[in-house]
Amino acid sequence: MAADFLSIQEEAQRRWEGLTAGDRPWIRVGTALCGQAAGADQVVESFSTELETQGVNAQVSRVGCLGLCFAEPMVDVQVPGQGRVVYGNVGPDDVKEIVSRHLGQGEVMADLVVGRIGEVEKGDLPSLDQHPMKAREQRIALRNAGHIDPLDIYQYVANGGYGALNRALTNMTEAEVLEEVNTSGLRGRGGAAFPAGTKWRFLAGSNAPEKYILCNCEEGDPGAFNDKGILESDPHTVVEGIILAGYATGANHGYIFIRHGHDGPIERAQTAVAQAYELGLLGNRILGTDFTFDLEVALTGDSYVSGEETALMEAIEGSRAMPRYRPPFPAQVGVFGKPTNINNVKTMAYVPEIIARGGEWFAGIGHDKSTGTVILCLSGSLNYTGMVEVPMGMNLNEVLNEMAGGVPGGKELSFIQTGGPLGGVLSAAAADLVLDFDIFRSAGAILGSGGIIAADEDTCVVDLTRVLIAFCQYESCGKCFPCRMGMSHMLEVLERICRLEGTPDDLALMRSIGENMQAGSLCGHGQLGFNPVASALRYFPGQFEAHIVEKRCPTGSCRVPHFSPRLSRR
Amino acid sequence: MGRQARVMDGLKQRIKKAVQNQPQPTVTILSSLLAVEDELGYIPREAVEEVATFNQATINDVWAVVSFYPNFRTVPPCEHRIEVCWGPSCHLVGAMPVIASVLEAAGMEDEGDTPDGKLTIRYNTCLGACALAPVMSVDHRLAGRITPEKGRELVSKTLDSASGGEA
Repeated sequence: MAADFLSIQEEAQRRWEGLTAGDRPWIRVGTALCGQAAGADQVVESFSTELETQGVNAQVSRVGCLGLCFAEPMVDVQVPGQGRVVYGNVGPDDVKEIVSRHLGQGEVMADLVVGRIGEVEKGDLPSLDQHPMKAREQRIALRNAGHIDPLDIYQYVANGGYGALNRALTNMTEAEVLEEVNTSGLRGRGGAAFPAGTKWRFLAGSNAPEKYILCNCEEGDPGAFNDKGILESDPHTVVEGIILAGYATGANHGYIFIRHGHDGPIERAQTAVAQAYELGLLGNRILGTDFTFDLEVALTGDSYVSGEETALMEAIEGSRAMPRYRPPFPAQVGVFGKPTNINNVKTMAYVPEIIARGGEWFAGIGHDKSTGTVILCLSGSLNYTGMVEVPMGMNLNEVLNEMAGGVPGGKELSFIQTGGPLGGVLSAAAADLVLDFDIFRSAGAILGSGGIIAADEDTCVVDLTRVLIAFCQYESCGKCFPCRMGMSHMLEVLERICRLEGTPDDLALMRSIGENMQAGSLCGHGQLGFNPVASALRYFPGQFEAHIVEKRCPTGSCRVPHFSPRLSRR
Repeated sequence: MGRQARVMDGLKQRIKKAVQNQPQPTVTILSSLLAVEDELGYIPREAVEEVATFNQATINDVWAVVSFYPNFRTVPPCEHRIEVCWGPSCHLVGAMPVIASVLEAAGMEDEGDTPDGKLTIRYNTCLGACALAPVMSVDHRLAGRITPEKGRELVSKTLDSASGGEA
């Protein structure tokens, strides 16, 4: 019954007003993985100590990621009825000052300010929207990230959350929901960019009584942290998206799949699911309608390949995460032998807004057949590292030079690494690309899940290729021997080249290994396994030649001792 | 009951409890092993047997899973655990010198356990805080923008806090 949801919304609104315009200030501390790595936990601890010793009454919340990870720990102070002041690089020592000066005397500490959100009376502060990293952002999937407490379902509802689900269940047929997603042109954000609507239609077409929706947050790509970022910052948008996917396809069971050990995302996803059950948004007869959906969080051990859709199903069933043969495809025979649809966290996170605002609205954003936005994780040699959501169609160079502020120390950008380790490298000159799945693909690059790692001119590309292949070798599941043995062999050759002991035949040897891997592997891990070497050879043949023929490294960066796991899967 | 038998009995009880009290509806070999790992920090032989019985599987089935995922240890954990990221994001901004200095501070040459059982050092492919690379973690607590000096400091602090350590 819609009336039920109305009372949830009213309660949410009441609580939200209490937080933003009540009788005490609201302090939000960024505590996503980036915040934690910068020491956010100590900042939160300092706040509880300082508020008590100075006798100040304020609400402190642990929120997710605003995207400006380089400025973590970030602290966002809102005095009742006013806009927010966002401080960056806050140390435990700064907390005392914030409590005594900002909360006590209403004085803003201008040197620490990154920007303001909304209007603030005191001080002439720049708007956070004017920050280079923020100015061209358009946030859809990340709309609540850094703004709400991810452990509080009411804060999500107060910001429009579960409204799309309520509308879909009460006013739309299953087919209408599916049609909105189809119209939106939403494509899978996990890497393959397959149209979500088409995928959902495969599952909706099955009459099986038991069907599954899987949401993939394995995210093993080094340099990609947007799936974890979304789950940590706004888990309910993912939960709502999954329920909507279940409704549209007639599935009644779902799993969110995360790697064991990533405690933040796991805890927040589990809490979100439990809260949704409590309010009747999951479980039997959701919101009093005839639709039933059950969702749980499933964990995997350390395995990169478990992010591959069929290996993921093996891991959910509790086995070794090794890919299955296809056909049959998951939409016919998936997890526990039942028809299954798998989407990435980011794909799911878009769904509530698509249903709320309509597929046409989403299709109107973006570039050609790549609709909507793309969430990029910027790391490596860049001035502003972090997570940004920009419309498809922007130029990658603009993202690197304007939003990320270019390379530190006045150095030149040499190359970037996109789409996870298998995506290989792209020279700086080739980075003049429009953000569009198809344009990337035709340029031989992968936009993938949005991880972008930048390397400056002092980086040895042979060395980075070695690291990428060392990663692929370590993570090969071992099922297909061309991948299992090919990766090890290729790593040996690359290590030899890095030691300046390579021979001219080594390049042909690696090519032949790569061809075998491509032909003889079941999943992308082996099929694309040669890509890091192939792309490095395409853009930087001179660097390989220098190592092999001239016996020298042009940058010298591969001349330090290197470490990588020797352990393999048994 | 002798001391050793009592210890063994306690271990078996903890394993049983961890396996039986899994809160989520879907219980599998993998989920049971992860529950044991959370409880004990490793997978003893007794746990393999218990997980097999509980999941109506063979010991072979369970070993297949234990040996596949490198997060599972089969020997008791050290007192502390340090993970250092060696992934590409961290590598590009200086992970290798950090790893070298962390290892040196712990008196180690490669990843593994210190002989006194105080510290495990493990290379991690991605700790998920790439924007603050290089990253390491001490007992699951993340630390970003690590320099070789900072890495060395964190190792000494950790070793000092280990029992019997000379502070």
